[in-house]
Amino acid sequence: MNPQPIDRYAETLARETRDSVSASAAITTEKRVDILARDFPDPDGLRRLAGQIKQHTLEHLDDYLAKAVRALRDNGVVVHFAADAEEARKLILGLLSERGVRRVVKSKSMATEEIHLNDHLAAHGIDCVETDLGEFIVQIDGDTPSHIVRPIIHKNRREIARSFEAHGLGDYDDDPETITRRARIHLRSKYMESDAGITGGNFISAESGRVVLVTNEGNARFSMAPNRLHLALIGIEKIVPRDRDLAVFLNLLARSATAQQLTVYTQFINGPRASTQPSGPEEMHVVLLDNGRSRVLATDCREILRCIRCGACQNVCPVYRQASGHAYRAVYGGPVGAVLSPLLAGERFSDLADLPKASTLCGACREVCPVDIPIPDLLLRLRARAKEEGVRTPASIPMAPFATLATSPALWRTAMTASRAMNHLPTAALPVKPLREWLKLRTLPEWRGGEFRKWMKKRKQS
Amino acid sequence: MSDTEASLFAALRETVSGLAGRTPLPDYDETILLASGRLGSGSEWESFAANFEAASGRPMETTADLATFLKEGGHLRGYCDPLLREKVGSVLQTAGLEVSYEYDRERYDDFAFGITRASGVVAETGTVVLNDHETSDRLAALTPWVHVAVLSEEAPVHRTLSDAIRAFGDCPNVIWVTGPSKTADVEGILIEGVHGPGEQICLRL
Ligand code: SF4
Repeated sequence: MNPQPIDRYAETLARETRDSVSASAAITTEKRVDILARDFPDPDGLRRLAGQIKQHTLEHLDDYLAKAVRALRDNGVVVHFAADAEEARKLILGLLSERGVRRVVKSKSMATEEIHLNDHLAAHGIDCVETDLGEFIVQIDGDTPSHIVRPIIHKNRREIARSFEAHGLGDYDDDPETITRRARIHLRSKYMESDAGITGGNFISAESGRVVLVTNEGNARFSMAPNRLHLALIGIEKIVPRDRDLAVFLNLLARSATAQQLTVYTQFINGPRASTQPSGPEEMHVVLLDNGRSRVLATDCREILRCIRCGACQNVCPVYRQASGHAYRAVYGGPVGAVLSPLLAGERFSDLADLPKASTLCGACREVCPVDIPIPDLLLRLRARAKEEGVRTPASIPMAPFATLATSPALWRTAMTASRAMNHLPTAALPVKPLREWLKLRTLPEWRGGEFRKWMKKRKQS
Repeated sequence: MSDTEASLFAALRETVSGLAGRTPLPDYDETILLASGRLGSGSEWESFAANFEAASGRPMETTADLATFLKEGGHLRGYCDPLLREKVGSVLQTAGLEVSYEYDRERYDDFAFGITRASGVVAETGTVVLNDHETSDRLAALTPWVHVAVLSEEAPVHRTLSDAIRAFGDCPNVIWVTGPSKTADVEGILIEGVHGPGEQICLRL
């Protein structure tokens, strides 16, 4: 088989990056196996149970979603729906602007990554600070996360120390403890001065409307203590039927993600703060995001919507370990991303149709998945779909451009996913020659957004 | 109902009604979830303490121990829930610590410790349960380097997570705390005390 873009990206990834991604993913994988086997008599039975509960919920999503919405509203939560990223951004911006919000603190959320919320808010004068340590570093670097749970798995302490120095967060010091303390001090004032907190949500119980949020750092707690408005952006697939089912998922999530029995902070949020509580939001809004999920539900790959974003399939995957997350050119990398990203891309399926090919089909992802998603089967179904639709994947692209692109994840990603911007720009004016040449080989879909121009501006500055 | 909401529900209904042989909601016995090895053979408080310690938490049984810990760590000034003044705050004051019964958010950096009430603990996981009704101020349980969750005699010691979920009640904000705030974002190295407390204590009265 021809090498796929991901393989090529991997070949040219800095040795150091590859080694560190690979080593830390491998360690987490081992610890995960240990803790599951030590704690549970039948960990595989538990995974199958969790998978069934989620599959059942998805196959009755109209009912459960309606129930969840009723329960949320009964709890005093204002519920909104967003069909796509644009509607979600507009909605959130509207809610914030109406209330005169200028400063927002945000707790790690893949859904907000998906809709590129930070850039949108920044463009409208709202300062939105990422508070998860890894996401904060990603933000100051103008980078994107490369792992669902460990956003900076691709960075080493020296790079981080240099960024901190460049951003006025103290003289160069690459001690992880110093880095953490400096972020702590810097972010505290951000929380305390914030007008609103934005979070994602790991689960919603349809029975009680409880929104469940897990973090280890405490940033979600801090995002909803000093300010008056809490806004949660949550995918419609995050529903579970009953409160008791939460125990199933919480027992699996942290063990699968970080080999902890439980995340340090598990929050169950049932609306604005209690009347007796002096700190915390007076208003809580939940924005339920579709953004392609209902379409995925209608395909024969709907099992992927069971995903609870633990990252175990990334850690175990030989391709991910070699290539790291940016190679997948989308918000979700690794095996989960290879399935989910092309599906969520909708009309632009063909842009990412090579991802399902970048797998050895070794089956490891299926074995670790806490909700028992048959990822290899789904990859095969997507390959078949690409073939049916006659999608040409960019396997025939010459090697040289990849070498250049792989030296900069941002460049690579932009080239591959935002290449749709190219028809809008004179290709000859591009600053990077190999990119220019590579792009000649692609037919370019219609231009959709402004991300590429921003990237160009940055390239020119640097 | 917004247009988006209506059309989403219409689409969902159409999709799921066309599915053949939908998966039933499985029935299950909660023993499949039980990490029995973590429950040990002693009392439930002992299991809690062992698991809490394994997550870097510090279980304590006397206010005198707490005073010693705070003094030795140089955590000399802090906040205490006024409802705990008699049982905890005044004991610490007698021991020479500076205790304020009002949380002043303008001075959040001045509080080295924060003492609030816990609403229970979970034995199986070593988890302290906080909620909006018992916590006198969310910030007081969060900004200080040392957080002390005080468990009264009457507060429940739940055996399992499932038990703790059943005990939720109607509180709008329940937080399970399993040790101090942590990160391993930088090269996988574990560092405690990121945004929340770097020391998490559970004091049983
Ligand atoms: S697909 Fe499964 S293993 Fe991968 S992130 Fe989702 S839940 Fe975890």
